Amino acid sequence: MFTATQLNQRNDAVQQRYRVLFLVMTVLLIVPVLTILVLLIIRGGPMISLEFLFEFPREGMTAGGIFPALLGTIFLVSVALVASVPLGVAAAIYLSEYAGDNWLTRVINLAIINLAGVPSIVHALFGVGAFVLFFGFGTSILSASLTLAIMTLPVVIVATKESLQAVPYAFREACWSLGATRWQTIRRIVLPNAISGILTGIILEVSRTAGETAPIMFTGAAFFLPFLPESVFDQTMAMSLHLYVISTQVPNVPDALPYGVALLLIGIVLFMNALSIAFRIYLRGKKKW
Amino acid sequence: MVASTAINDPNQAAAVGARNVLEVENLSIRYGGTTALEGVSLAVREHEIFGIIGPAGSGKTSFLKALNRMDTFTTSMQVGGAIRFMGREVKAWRNVYALRSHVGVVFPLPVGLPLTVYDNVALAPRLSGIKKKADLDVIVERCLRRAALWDEVKDRLDSLGSLLSGGQQQRLTIARALSQDPHLLMLDEFSIAVDPVTTMRIEDVLKELRKEITIILVTNLVQQARRLADRTAFFLNGECVEIGQTEALFTGNVQDQRTRDYIEGRFG
Repeated sequence: MFTATQLNQRNDAVQQRYRVLFLVMTVLLIVPVLTILVLLIIRGGPMISLEFLFEFPREGMTAGGIFPALLGTIFLVSVALVASVPLGVAAAIYLSEYAGDNWLTRVINLAIINLAGVPSIVHALFGVGAFVLFFGFGTSILSASLTLAIMTLPVVIVATKESLQAVPYAFREACWSLGATRWQTIRRIVLPNAISGILTGIILEVSRTAGETAPIMFTGAAFFLPFLPESVFDQTMAMSLHLYVISTQVPNVPDALPYGVALLLIGIVLFMNALSIAFRIYLRGKKKW
Repeated sequence: MVASTAINDPNQAAAVGARNVLEVENLSIRYGGTTALEGVSLAVREHEIFGIIGPAGSGKTSFLKALNRMDTFTTSMQVGGAIRFMGREVKAWRNVYALRSHVGVVFPLPVGLPLTVYDNVALAPRLSGIKKKADLDVIVERCLRRAALWDEVKDRLDSLGSLLSGGQQQRLTIARALSQDPHLLMLDEFSIAVDPVTTMRIEDVLKELRKEITIILVTNLVQQARRLADRTAFFLNGECVEIGQTEALFTGNVQDQRTRDYIEGRFG
């Protein structure tokens, strides 16, 4: 009475085959990531040392460390964050908490999505036109960072908006019914509960900003500088551009050097991502509903 | 019930000086093209429990929303007609936030804000500018006592409000609603997620509270209206079918056959 029919057996066989298919696809996904990492660690690992981190490049960038590039990347990312986080978070709060659903907000949302879709080289050319030339910042950290900031704004806005909207609407209603204004509700109830998502978005932005090359090539990153930048109006070296330069533009670079730079760059990005995951787990543990 | 009969009788009520806390005239509520409520006129007297019964979708919750101007937070909600609270048209209140602090609201599902028990109750007083810990302590204890929750939570004021049981959370929201000494307390089907024993405790709380404040009780349990309300209104499909003394309605003394049918459970 409870024996499987032929149809049952066939259905089961089919679903087994699909399971294997999806498993294979998933495993295939890991292959390139693992290959890149293993290759970088084997070839570039020996390069990583304190001298590599804290010395200037020597002998036409074929030897020595990458300190100015490392520092430059940190500068670029920091200034980009200072510019994009307040703007992005404020815009997301407006869109999520204040704006109604009308043609204006729909246009703004569409613009944000399109901004995310613009190729980074186009952002670079926009940066040249707007910041380097029009505002007269010249090729500088400021110009490069602002270009990066505009490019990564959608990441911040979307992440912030989504984490704001994950806070239950009933909390807002309860707070409003107590006589709280929209801002009081946002500050006391909504933001404290959305902060983990917002920070995750910011950290993702950091890793994206650190890795981009095109937007900074024409706006503020230099081929080689024998000194460190002194203000945001100076040019700087950056790791991503440095990697591009020593891999393609400079003759007689020892093989291990680009691998070392790439390993360091990917290491920084992975570290930031890991930080964001750890942070998210920590804050999720503290979630209050 | 002696005290309440005194106020139940309109003539005697006038004699003891009961005044209307709330007067609603020809109220209509629309969401875009759909009408939620049409042509409602009623008055709520001081120190009475005013019950509103009716099936889902009859406009009860929209009615409450209009009273404390929550329409400003709900896009497409349009309110017509006149609502006078404490003698003043609610649309004329210069500051809707001040209006809302005079009107406490309790929602169907207990909404423990993601704060500690203490902070849940102290939130509104803090928003209105009370900063001294000693003052807040007094308010928190008084409100929790009035909501019959103090004895259960006095040792865990610093734990999260959302960790309390459902019934405790609903009493916490009552304590929170009382934290600004409202003139009017509106309860929207408060017992929907609460066990019968806790429901009875909250009902006792409401009977105590009516000595000090006015209460509007929206409920989907007709027997709850009978137990608590001095007067009851019956809403159906966006229309206020009938308003009467609760006891009269439940003893068959109705103007409209639909009221009798609903109360006796013949449709709903």
